[in-house]
Amino acid sequence: MGASLLPILFFTFLWGIVGIVLPIFVPKGTNRGILQVMLILTAFTCWLFWLCCYMAQMNPLIGPKLSKNTILMMAREWSQVQFDSTVE
Amino acid sequence: MGSLFRSEEMTLCQLFLQSEAAYACVSELGELGLVQFRDLNPDVNAFQRKFVNEVRRCDEMERKLRYLEKEIKKDGIPMLDTGENPEAPQPREMIDLEATFEKLENELREVNQNAETLKRNFLELTELKHILRKTQVFFDEAEHGGVVSQMADPSREEEQVTLLGEEGLRAGGQALKLGFVAGVILRERIPAFERMLWRACRGNVFLRQAEIESPLEDPSTGDQVFKSVFIIFFQGDQLKTRVKKICEGFRATLYPCPEAPADRREMAMGVMTRIEDLNTVLGQTQDHRHRVLVAAAKNIKNWFVKVRKIKAIYHTLNLFNLDVTQKCLIAECWVPVLDIETIQLALRRGTERSGSSVPPILNRMATFEDPPTYNRTNKFTKGFQALIDAYGVASYREMNPSPYTIITFPFLFAVMFGDTGHGLLMFLFGGWMVLKEKPLAAKKSDNEIWNIFFGGRYIIFLMGLFSMYTGLIYNDIFSKSLNIFGSYWKISYNFSTINTNKDLQLDPSDKEMYLQIPYPLGMDPVWQLAENKIIFLNSYKMKISIIFGVIHMLFGVIIGLWNHMYFRRRPNIIYEFIPQIIFLVFLFLYLVLLMFIKWIKYGPDSDGTDPAHGPFCAPSVLITFINMVLFKSEAESKEPVVEKVCSPWMYAGQNGFQSLLVVIAVLCIPWMLFGKPVSMMYNRKKQHYQLNNHGTENGDVEGGVDAIQPASGIPQGGHKEEEEDMSEVFIHQGIHTIEYVLGSVSHTASYLRLWALSLAHAQLSEVLWNMVMRSGLTQEGWAGGIILWAVFAFWATLTVGILVLMEGLSAFLHTLRLHWVEFQSKFYAGLGYGFQPFSFEIILDAAQSTTED
Repeated sequence: MGASLLPILFFTFLWGIVGIVLPIFVPKGTNRGILQVMLILTAFTCWLFWLCCYMAQMNPLIGPKLSKNTILMMAREWSQVQFDSTVE
Repeated sequence: MGSLFRSEEMTLCQLFLQSEAAYACVSELGELGLVQFRDLNPDVNAFQRKFVNEVRRCDEMERKLRYLEKEIKKDGIPMLDTGENPEAPQPREMIDLEATFEKLENELREVNQNAETLKRNFLELTELKHILRKTQVFFDEAEHGGVVSQMADPSREEEQVTLLGEEGLRAGGQALKLGFVAGVILRERIPAFERMLWRACRGNVFLRQAEIESPLEDPSTGDQVFKSVFIIFFQGDQLKTRVKKICEGFRATLYPCPEAPADRREMAMGVMTRIEDLNTVLGQTQDHRHRVLVAAAKNIKNWFVKVRKIKAIYHTLNLFNLDVTQKCLIAECWVPVLDIETIQLALRRGTERSGSSVPPILNRMATFEDPPTYNRTNKFTKGFQALIDAYGVASYREMNPSPYTIITFPFLFAVMFGDTGHGLLMFLFGGWMVLKEKPLAAKKSDNEIWNIFFGGRYIIFLMGLFSMYTGLIYNDIFSKSLNIFGSYWKISYNFSTINTNKDLQLDPSDKEMYLQIPYPLGMDPVWQLAENKIIFLNSYKMKISIIFGVIHMLFGVIIGLWNHMYFRRRPNIIYEFIPQIIFLVFLFLYLVLLMFIKWIKYGPDSDGTDPAHGPFCAPSVLITFINMVLFKSEAESKEPVVEKVCSPWMYAGQNGFQSLLVVIAVLCIPWMLFGKPVSMMYNRKKQHYQLNNHGTENGDVEGGVDAIQPASGIPQGGHKEEEEDMSEVFIHQGIHTIEYVLGSVSHTASYLRLWALSLAHAQLSEVLWNMVMRSGLTQEGWAGGIILWAVFAFWATLTVGILVLMEGLSAFLHTLRLHWVEFQSKFYAGLGYGFQPFSFEIILDAAQSTTED
């Protein structure tokens, strides 16, 4: 299964802080409840949104279909592969 | 807890005010703005109420102030708006105010009247001046051309020259002598006038006319009008009367015009000196008027506030009852329970101010009426509450959806609007409005569209913020991607493979091409470049739409549980909430679960060891779900299984488990349909045995009311409901059940709009980039720079106009629908009525906005 632990832990931890830890430290006052709800909902929605995107790519059933030019550009810019273009 | 989750607890109060203190107390309450008075004399005609006289006086004062304001505006004098808020003056000060306004109004009217008379004089003199000047030309021509051979006039008298306004015509005379009249007429009437003269006099008169170049001011309306001088020659008395009648009919003003050149010159001199005199007088009058208005302009806003406050107080006092002794006024009002202390304090202040010795009495009253719904909002929550109230004001003490809407609304919007670039634009606009809040609010614009944007500034701000996040996940910035971590897809083809194929599809199971772990944040940038991008994104976006939709709906149903618990509606929990949640979880949350299972269990078969979970064997979630509901197992379905290794099931025992889920979910329908009515029938039967009605289970009697009335005993509210017709309960429950069951299906599908709009938005911005921006970027040379500049302007305009504004509006409306229909239908009744406190602030704002229209 193609998942890497690090990003999952990192983002879960990040949104966990927002959604679980921060609500505890909201200052007392009339708006405490609202702020807590806001933080929890933000953290939950954003985390789930990230997670869905991550999981959708976790086990790709199809690969990207790329045109010749794009492949050449990707090879040059992203993979630093040099093709000798004079060779036919 | 004074927060937004439920509306404030309200109580009905009775207020006894001493007659003398009533005015001051009500004034204090108006400043506070926390009390809603009820009309205690609804049958009394508005003209028969106690303080009609005072209200009328206020109306009169307001009228005078409006007159003053109009005059001030006419002169373009700036009105000083210090923004100060004077307290309502004492009733005895009203007389002073009235006197001041009366004096000002009279002075102004007098000045205006004088000015008008002076102006009329001035106009006449100017016209006369022009006549003298123009006719001179005519006479000169006549002398040279010899048209008028004889114009003797024996009856000419010296005194006629100076009589203005009178007809200075000669009496006419002998057959041979020509008479003439001179006057001034509006320029546009000349053609008709000429035709009329010709026809009526059969061509026997001679008309000359000349235009006055400079426009003249009409004293009654103040408009600038163009006029012409005319002179008519004729012969004989009969014609003279006819000509004069025609002049009268055309509203021409006739002026005396002496015939002898010397007299004319003398008269012109006289006219000039008089014009000069008049000018000085007119200047002085204008100065005086200006002084009066400037003095008034300093105070006028202040006076408006005072008068409107007095009027509001007397209007409120008209709602009160007089007690028998006439010494006391009795009022009834809705009051937030938390603010009773503050109100008591305000009343005490009012009593002290009026010098009355008897303190006012505020009594809580018991009532069965539904109290008004009062949500205490601040500038941040106000916009969100307005979105909810636009659908319907919450019933009293019902769960208020707005605290959750604050986040879910911008989030669902952002799912549709996901683009970091467009989100940033929106975020900056919202942020600017939030930062410049105070100066912008002080401007008080009349522009309706701007006011809508400004009122929703926090909504726009959050929508922008969330759109930036979802855009980051979609990896879309103006339809381009960021490559922060470097794509996890690699190119490992050799050159000849690339060169011989038009396009190639990377293989996810090849470790050379795919790193076997996903891109850590959002979409891999490679998808932006892929030709099969939409196929991949559609499957992803459809899934998240359903996932978030089902969770949103479940959340709504759970909020319903809190409502049932708060109002102690036990049967509603057992016969509505539980079957509802089972139905939703067993069918639709299971669908969501299937999606996650598919994501986890099926993938690229990189080792070649597990083809059953390879890309070719992954079953469609949708088909699986449809088969599940129809109780169709894969063996019956017509589709031939490609390879024997593939199994239609994602896990062992799926078929049986799914059938069980569907059976239980379907059983929930009769549970919802008959549970509550049958239990009510059962309870009623039981009550026939025991006479005391202790089991009023469906009592809408709120706990809040119980708490308010300490001694009046248990309310007998449940009694009436017993007589409620049983069939009505069945029908109601039937409608409710059908609505929920069909709703769950259609609402789940409705959330697919998240996918549809998101797809449309992404495609539109990509098309815009490819069609417009790309053509600019591909230009070369220095001319390319200029073309790019123009192309960028075009692209930027379209981006803001179509993608941010129009698409933003469309996504906003769809989000609004998702909240109103799909979310709130699960728990929200919205049958309440809003709390409308007696508040000077609201009254003054309303008055100001109506006058500014």
